[in-house]
Amino acid sequence: MRRRPVLPFGVGAVDSRLASTGLRLDSLHEIAAASPGMGDDAAATLFMAGIAARAWGPVLWVVRRRDLFAPGLYQAGLAPERILYAEASDDAELLALMEEGLRHRGLGAVIGEVRRASMPNTRRLQLAAEGGKTIALLLKRHAREGGNPLAVPSAAITRWRIAAAPSTPLPVEGVGCPRWRIDLVRQRGGEPHSWILEACDETGRLALPARLADRSAAAGSAHRRAA
Amino acid sequence: MRQPLTDGEAPLVTSIREGNKILIAAVSPAARALGLQPGMAVTQARAQVPGLDIRSADTEGDRADLKRLAIAAARHWSPIVALSEPEREGEGLFIDITGTAHLFGGEEAMARRILRLLARLGVTGRIAVADTAGAAWALARYARLSGDRLCRDGIAICPPMAHPAALATLPIAALRCDAGAIELLKRLGVDTIGQLVAMPRAPLARRFGTKLVARLDQAIGRIGEPLDPVIPPETIAIVQRFAEPIATAEAIEHWLAYLMPRLVTALTEAGLGARVVELVADRIDGVPQRLRIGLARPSRDTAHLLRLIVRRIEEIAPGFGIDALTLRVRRADPLGPEHFEERLEDRPPNLAPLVDTLANRIGETRLWRAWPVESEVPERSVEAVPPLDPPAQPSARLKLDDVRQLDPSPDLHPWHHRWPRPVRLLRRPELLDHVLAELPDQPPRRFTWRGKTHMVVRADGPERVRGEWWKRASEQHNVRDYFRVEDEAGQRFWLFRRGDGERSESGDLSWFMHGAFG
Repeated sequence: MRRRPVLPFGVGAVDSRLASTGLRLDSLHEIAAASPGMGDDAAATLFMAGIAARAWGPVLWVVRRRDLFAPGLYQAGLAPERILYAEASDDAELLALMEEGLRHRGLGAVIGEVRRASMPNTRRLQLAAEGGKTIALLLKRHAREGGNPLAVPSAAITRWRIAAAPSTPLPVEGVGCPRWRIDLVRQRGGEPHSWILEACDETGRLALPARLADRSAAAGSAHRRAA
Repeated sequence: MRQPLTDGEAPLVTSIREGNKILIAAVSPAARALGLQPGMAVTQARAQVPGLDIRSADTEGDRADLKRLAIAAARHWSPIVALSEPEREGEGLFIDITGTAHLFGGEEAMARRILRLLARLGVTGRIAVADTAGAAWALARYARLSGDRLCRDGIAICPPMAHPAALATLPIAALRCDAGAIELLKRLGVDTIGQLVAMPRAPLARRFGTKLVARLDQAIGRIGEPLDPVIPPETIAIVQRFAEPIATAEAIEHWLAYLMPRLVTALTEAGLGARVVELVADRIDGVPQRLRIGLARPSRDTAHLLRLIVRRIEEIAPGFGIDALTLRVRRADPLGPEHFEERLEDRPPNLAPLVDTLANRIGETRLWRAWPVESEVPERSVEAVPPLDPPAQPSARLKLDDVRQLDPSPDLHPWHHRWPRPVRLLRRPELLDHVLAELPDQPPRRFTWRGKTHMVVRADGPERVRGEWWKRASEQHNVRDYFRVEDEAGQRFWLFRRGDGERSESGDLSWFMHGAFG
């Protein structure tokens, strides 16, 4: 069997659950926020930014509205000189722009924020990604009338649901290290799973949270990151 | 000849450095009325007129403007338009209107028309029409001094064969000769051209060289004076006419594949790369169909140009048929030959083809890069720049003895890795209701946003952002206190309060939602 290029998360607990021990680079992955709220949406955005930061080369980010804040993406390891933004006027145009980016072959990642994408749309993206080294990430927004955005049939290899979780408690006042509840809802050739992980650091890496029982807060977290 | 128009009464002069003196290069009418003249020392002018507005002269910019004007003149008024030599002749244009004046209603009407056009551009001009270039040059600059009937409203028209008489009363300086000769002639008591003409020529040539005599002869018309005309650049266009009209997309594509290499050859010969290419399809009913593609970087890559234009062929409505196709370069930039790098593998991927494809699809304005700006105010810390060739980081060049040279650390990135910055920022902060917070510096305990109440469990802050009073005076007292808060569901938001909680002029203590963290 041909070995496909993969992008591991670098967290053993996650990579071991993925069928290809990492995110396949030449394919489409879907990400959705757990709720339509802005907090979960931001968590899903940062999750994608972290993946793109660890991919190679420039990134095309196709948006529907200009609300991304580049300094925030920079904190997930995605430097401003790597991102090229494009604004699409509707979902069809957005998907076409993504496909254009995937076929270019010179990009490390192509990210799109879409409200609706049918099976044929996602299949086109998946076919465009095949054979290259460009990872395609599709953020599925919640439709106004509700419903689960990941329930729509799709050709994506993996589907993720991201929710913001309470941050690591600190012994003093203040917000600790942010954590996310990450659900791998479906994957081709593997089982669904879910984790609670610490959010991306400035290199885009996730981390296992320090266990509540056996830690002195800061040291435990730092060790695990280094490991 | 060019004087910037001033809107008010403030006298304005431009200064130019000549050797180690700083002299006045040009004066505004208001300054001239105060007795300032070009050629005076700036220090003297400053002493004479307090509050004088002195700006340094932009001679190269003036020259470039004059050249543009010359090209426009060569396109509209006469095929032969020459720039005067700036060192000896001053700034000006020679237009050979032989055979073209009648197209504009005669010499005087033409001169008036040119002056009106210049006035619209904000330029004061003077025009003289005479048989020889030398006489016209002299009359345009000195006819006013002779005070005769020739000159009205900045236009001096010398009838045919009358120029020796018109020149006779003008000073020697009107001959375009060097200052030394003028000075010497003045000392010898020769002030006007008429006196010079009357003098015997042989001693004159022996004493002053042939140059003065040549200038005199050129002005009188005894010897010719060839002009060196500016040549307006021609746009590159490739035209193909058809005996039988074509109407199908396949036929258009076929012909484009034939025309594009010819266009690229023409571009290569001119050393240019296309930035905007237009395809004009002439329909037999006389309604041209136009298609325009833009390129982010100058290019003469046949395949790339063809790909961009072919995918938009469907926008052409062929109607009853197309009988001519024209490919025209609308904008081009210089593009030299490119060299191959040795490491073919490790080069960063070339994004220009992708950018062109996307930009022709959605428009250039909807494709951008976010670029850091040094600003404390969050919404101003990012700027959208064009996607290719982002601006280099402005690194101030320090002088050799600047104390900052001793600091070896590299420049800090304008954005900080650790300060809380949200990943999504609301375009306009949204007002929060029912906020419960202690003054002056406690985070809110509870707030309502978009109809939903959030209880704050943990919070960080405040981070104080002050108005940029050094850029906008109205922000002098403005203060925002930013807090990162986490609600009971684990959602993290970025809130701010207007005002520091102590001084009422710093803000009205209302709370706003500005963004969300992951």
